Amino acid sequence: MSLDKSEVEKIAWLARLAIDEQDIPDYSDELSNILELVERMNSVNTDGISPIAHPLELSARLRTDEVTETNQRDHFQKDAPLIDEGCYLVPKVIE
Amino acid sequence: MHQSTLAQLSAALESKQISSEELTRLYLDRCKKFNESLNCFITINEDEALEKAKQADKQRAENKHTSLTGIPVAQKDIFCTNGIKTSCGSKMLDNFIAPYDATVIEKMNAAGFVTLGKTNMDEFAMGSTNETSFYGPVKNPWDSERVPGGSSGGSASAVAARLSPVATGTDTGGSIRQPASLCGITGLKPTYGRVSRYGMIAFASSLDQGGPMTQTAEDAALMMNVIAGFDERDSTSAEQPIDDYTEKLNDSIEGLKIGLPKEYFSEGLDSNIAKIIEDGIKELEKLGATCKEIELPNTELSIPAYYVVAPAECSSNLSRFDGVRFGYRCDEPKDLSDLYTRSRGEGFGKEVKRRIMIGAYVLSAGYYDAYYLQAQKIRRLIRDDFQNSFKDVDVIAGPTATGTAFKLNEMMDDPVSMYLSDIYTVSVNLAGLPALSMPAGFVNKLPVGMQLIGNYFEESKLLNIAHQFQQATDHHQQIPEGFE
Repeated sequence: MSLDKSEVEKIAWLARLAIDEQDIPDYSDELSNILELVERMNSVNTDGISPIAHPLELSARLRTDEVTETNQRDHFQKDAPLIDEGCYLVPKVIE
Repeated sequence: MHQSTLAQLSAALESKQISSEELTRLYLDRCKKFNESLNCFITINEDEALEKAKQADKQRAENKHTSLTGIPVAQKDIFCTNGIKTSCGSKMLDNFIAPYDATVIEKMNAAGFVTLGKTNMDEFAMGSTNETSFYGPVKNPWDSERVPGGSSGGSASAVAARLSPVATGTDTGGSIRQPASLCGITGLKPTYGRVSRYGMIAFASSLDQGGPMTQTAEDAALMMNVIAGFDERDSTSAEQPIDDYTEKLNDSIEGLKIGLPKEYFSEGLDSNIAKIIEDGIKELEKLGATCKEIELPNTELSIPAYYVVAPAECSSNLSRFDGVRFGYRCDEPKDLSDLYTRSRGEGFGKEVKRRIMIGAYVLSAGYYDAYYLQAQKIRRLIRDDFQNSFKDVDVIAGPTATGTAFKLNEMMDDPVSMYLSDIYTVSVNLAGLPALSMPAGFVNKLPVGMQLIGNYFEESKLLNIAHQFQQATDHHQQIPEGFE
């Protein structure tokens, strides 16, 4: 599998990553090499094998719907880059 | 005193041979002195550590202590530490002061451990050399031109150089065991779910597991007694009761059946390493174990499957870093999309971006079945291989890494070669099994680790075997020149 420039740009957009134009050839080579490695998986026939997502195949635990955490908005927002009156600020979305 | 194990320091504090404050000062001095050359700490918490040490001495004077109260520890910078910078080795979190403690940190604090600082690591734990860190590479104390391994390279280097008696690590594809092997220390990756992931910055959630990095198996057992156990704040935490991990350390290993996977001793293994591992196995035989060859036929597929599962989960986990709520934010974003893409593009390093992109690709429309689903099926094959083996043997032994520590810059431009070097470690994570690396000897004055893989929740058995091995050998007692 070889990824060309437009595919690298598309993946970078899907991942919301700005990448420099000049780095695209390197990404194209490196990602293609990784995908080539990954495609070795296709050497084995896995028809009829069911996939596992959790190594111990445990199902998700349920808990009762109770309040266990208190509101710590101000404490958590100390790490925020830009806030105003408890709201996170981002560039204008709606004109 | 700095050559002491956790067990010995506990005894020294108990007998009032030394106070926690004196001990903490001694280690802080070593950290400050050697960090310039080794770069194993991102943050050294001198003031907080001394304050905690004084508290520990007070607790001991008032008889309100545990056996480990007042002993210093180094924490991998992937664990959130309330009020202390938690960077995960990334520019993205260079300004992040964690607002809460990870469960591992909470438990260690409650046991009285004194945190010396936060250790350097590959960015977001993605790497096998510690060179992807935003804070620069860590050096291996056995040879300063070599890497300590990764991703828990700072922790491994700090324990090997005796800058801290013990440290924490995390292991997603070998990140505790491989640096333990390359630095000549003991490292245990517990069963998936045995140690809480709460507050441990997520890389690949179905693979990540925290664990101890120590000089000895006994110390790893003492640390497991503190950090293991069910945590309702971790949705995949195991509910099984925990062992007293020290209880079986002194059991005889007479009659133990060890499986040697032929795939782990094939052409990819350096012949000098193979010799060390074979000698180590003979030592275990002398202690009464018997060995037989086994097969793990899907070992080759573990790397490709891992490099689908781990990037897929990382691309999802790392989507939280968006420049809005915490972490790095680019200057003067022109719109929301520019804010997201530039904050992420500028905040993440190259290896992290590669993995996020691979993950986004394999999860994208039209490719899911060919990549992610196929990888999850192979994951079952790998797990079944191990389960079949455990019908015949108690434990599996082999090398931890294909070689000794790499030279700095050797792997940086070739991610695929770096990935292939994880061949003996990643299948354990895909299967969720516990595994340990222990010092087994040296090649050209560089340490070599032997790996022991156990069945689910059999950490006590691995620690027992390693402890018995360490009673009969002295590889784990070797200290690199200049750090004695």
